[in-house]
Amino acid sequence: MSNLKILVGCKRVIDFTVKVRVNAQKTAVETANVKHSLNPFDEIAIEEAIRLKEKLGGDVVKEIIAVTCGPSKSQEQLRTALAMGADRAIHVEVSDESYPKLQPLGVAKLLKAIVEKEKPNLVILGKQAIDDDASQTGQMLAGLLNWPQATFASKIDINGESLKVTREVDGGLETIGSKLPSVITTDLRLNEPRFATLPNIMKARKKPLTKFTPQDLNVDITPRLETISVTDPPTRKGGGKVDSVDDLISKLKSAGAL
Amino acid sequence: MTTKDIPKKNISNEEIRFTADVHSNLKRNPNFKKLSQDDILYFQSILPSNALTIESDSNQEELMAYNVDWLRIHRGKSKLVVKPKTTAQVSNIVKYCNEKKLAIVPQGGNTGLVGGSTPIFDEIIISTKNLNQIREFDPISSTLICDSGCILEILDDYLAERGHMMPLDIGSKGSCHIGGNVATNAGGVRYVRYGSLHGTILGLEVVLPDGTILDNLSTLRKDNTGYDIKQLFIGSEGTLGIITGVSILASRRHKAISVAVLGLNSFENVQNAFITSKEMLTEILSAFEFWDDKSLKMVKTHLDQSAKFPLDEYPFYALIETGGSNKDHDEEKLSEFLETVMEKGIVKNGIIAQDNTQMKSLWSIREGIPDAGMKAGSAYFYDISIPIPVMYKIVEDVISKLKNAGLYGKPVIDVHGFGHVGDGNLHMSIITESYSPKIINLVESCINEWTEKYKGSLSAEHGIGLMKSKILENSKPKVMVDIMRKMKYIFDPNGIMNPYKFFPYQKYEELKV
Repeated sequence: MSNLKILVGCKRVIDFTVKVRVNAQKTAVETANVKHSLNPFDEIAIEEAIRLKEKLGGDVVKEIIAVTCGPSKSQEQLRTALAMGADRAIHVEVSDESYPKLQPLGVAKLLKAIVEKEKPNLVILGKQAIDDDASQTGQMLAGLLNWPQATFASKIDINGESLKVTREVDGGLETIGSKLPSVITTDLRLNEPRFATLPNIMKARKKPLTKFTPQDLNVDITPRLETISVTDPPTRKGGGKVDSVDDLISKLKSAGAL
Repeated sequence: MTTKDIPKKNISNEEIRFTADVHSNLKRNPNFKKLSQDDILYFQSILPSNALTIESDSNQEELMAYNVDWLRIHRGKSKLVVKPKTTAQVSNIVKYCNEKKLAIVPQGGNTGLVGGSTPIFDEIIISTKNLNQIREFDPISSTLICDSGCILEILDDYLAERGHMMPLDIGSKGSCHIGGNVATNAGGVRYVRYGSLHGTILGLEVVLPDGTILDNLSTLRKDNTGYDIKQLFIGSEGTLGIITGVSILASRRHKAISVAVLGLNSFENVQNAFITSKEMLTEILSAFEFWDDKSLKMVKTHLDQSAKFPLDEYPFYALIETGGSNKDHDEEKLSEFLETVMEKGIVKNGIIAQDNTQMKSLWSIREGIPDAGMKAGSAYFYDISIPIPVMYKIVEDVISKLKNAGLYGKPVIDVHGFGHVGDGNLHMSIITESYSPKIINLVESCINEWTEKYKGSLSAEHGIGLMKSKILENSKPKVMVDIMRKMKYIFDPNGIMNPYKFFPYQKYEELKV
């Protein structure tokens, strides 16, 4: 059984339960004073890496590295990943002002640079972030690295250098075979992430955390896309109640539906 | 028998015995009028048809929902539910009922735990469900004025959008009405931080038993002019009037919230963790709850949400919540606290929620304990105020006495303890295969011994209702109980407001002065 060194991507996003609001300038969603957490699909990615280590053993899974590209507060998400069981963390720091403009292509390039430094043979990312729903970073990274990719994974099996991944697709489930090194992106049903327990949370504080900037990595993260405006969807107009079938038919007719 | 073998209980409404039959010593007051067609015609003339549920062949199930309580222990025989939308309508209805001597049961969300919200005989149910308008909110003084039928969770959601929150939080928040909360002086999980409704209610609008509207909907924090009559209605359980409007002091919603669940090896450690949390978390502590391993097993067996809760080998668990305005400040305090209690061996292990979803998941374990008990069998809930050092000894004593009587295991399935440690309030559930006076008598005499010895209360927060009406005379000095009776007579000389409850199994005459 060959060794596995796993790199897992983490993104700081607005918490899934928060009711999101558009800012007054209609240029973006309001993020100030709003609860942020680890992207749920990334949490699943960390959980999967840890389960691989528990299943295959520490002799096979040599190291799990959690990486994030974001502002200084993103370190909170790295601490969550370390508390769940990652061995060390890498923070690619981006300023608060440029974070909203950091796009999947930029992130993919930063991750490629980290891959070239750390030489993992498995990269697990969440299938998409719940803020932009882009679902691009994993695919772009695989393209830049020229590695195979298995996206929307709901089951992962590793045997030596071979990978068998079941993917959730529109038609049902598709199982594909691949080889390491590979990029995998996680879907919801892959696993249920664990809670972080106190002893692990305390151990996590002593785990190494290295910082880089995009300049350190020689990566240009200039955005290629510009967001012009962000608006709420149109408010739903109220319906009306009818008292009888005849009434329903006449209302449908006057609405041009019949 | 272990908790794995618990038979799940599904009782149909029709199988619930009428309360009037179970409590056969209660007699219907012959002075009360029986509902007649004339009365129904009158109500139909002052209320729209959708505000009335009149007994008929087609609406038995709907009527049953009002006649049966959440515990599925009490069942009334009301033939009429009225659902007024305005205070004026309530006044009209009550005035009429007082003149005709028709008995009334005020009902909010029908989530009460002592049988106080359902009729015994044919009392008319006045439901507050249509009194659901939020009237006014002032963000500077943080005061909210609303109708009494507003659901607690809906009020909290409304305040959330305005940077505020309700100063109380209870498991039934998705169903209970704020009027009912006030009428029962509800406590809940945030009591340790915000205190009692006696402090946070700034004003009330009440329809008195003769139909008079008492409007004291003030928003003033301070007003020392005269006797504070509104305090009488808080905790009066619908016996002095119907609350139609509430003015309450909301709190600022926390910018930073943390939830941790700890595993502990003894109740003494639970107490020590609580003391340490007061010392080190102090002003940011917003909840401190506990439950025992049996409560956890009950939730894991009967409800889905605890499936991935990883701690299960500890005899006790404590849920700590902190709330404050500065995340870094609160996290530092919480880290220091957790390191301290781990180092001292007070806490063996724990979980800190990493996002809102995990916080909800941890809370759902504590909030699910009563529901889980109901699914496991016939559930009897006890709600006791007692000094913290002896709190769990009651549970241990009850179990030991049931074992000595050969009742523990069969028919008693489980006895578990949980509750608001911070307020000295124990909840104890006895889960049995079926109702048994022998078990109840043994349990209650054991509890009485402890509360008498330590001057505790047999109803910390659930109130008296019907189930605990026997305790009033033993809980308070005769002088006080006599004053209560006199006040009841002043407000309600015909005794139509929620009769047969609150005062101990009284025949109607003895209420008169």
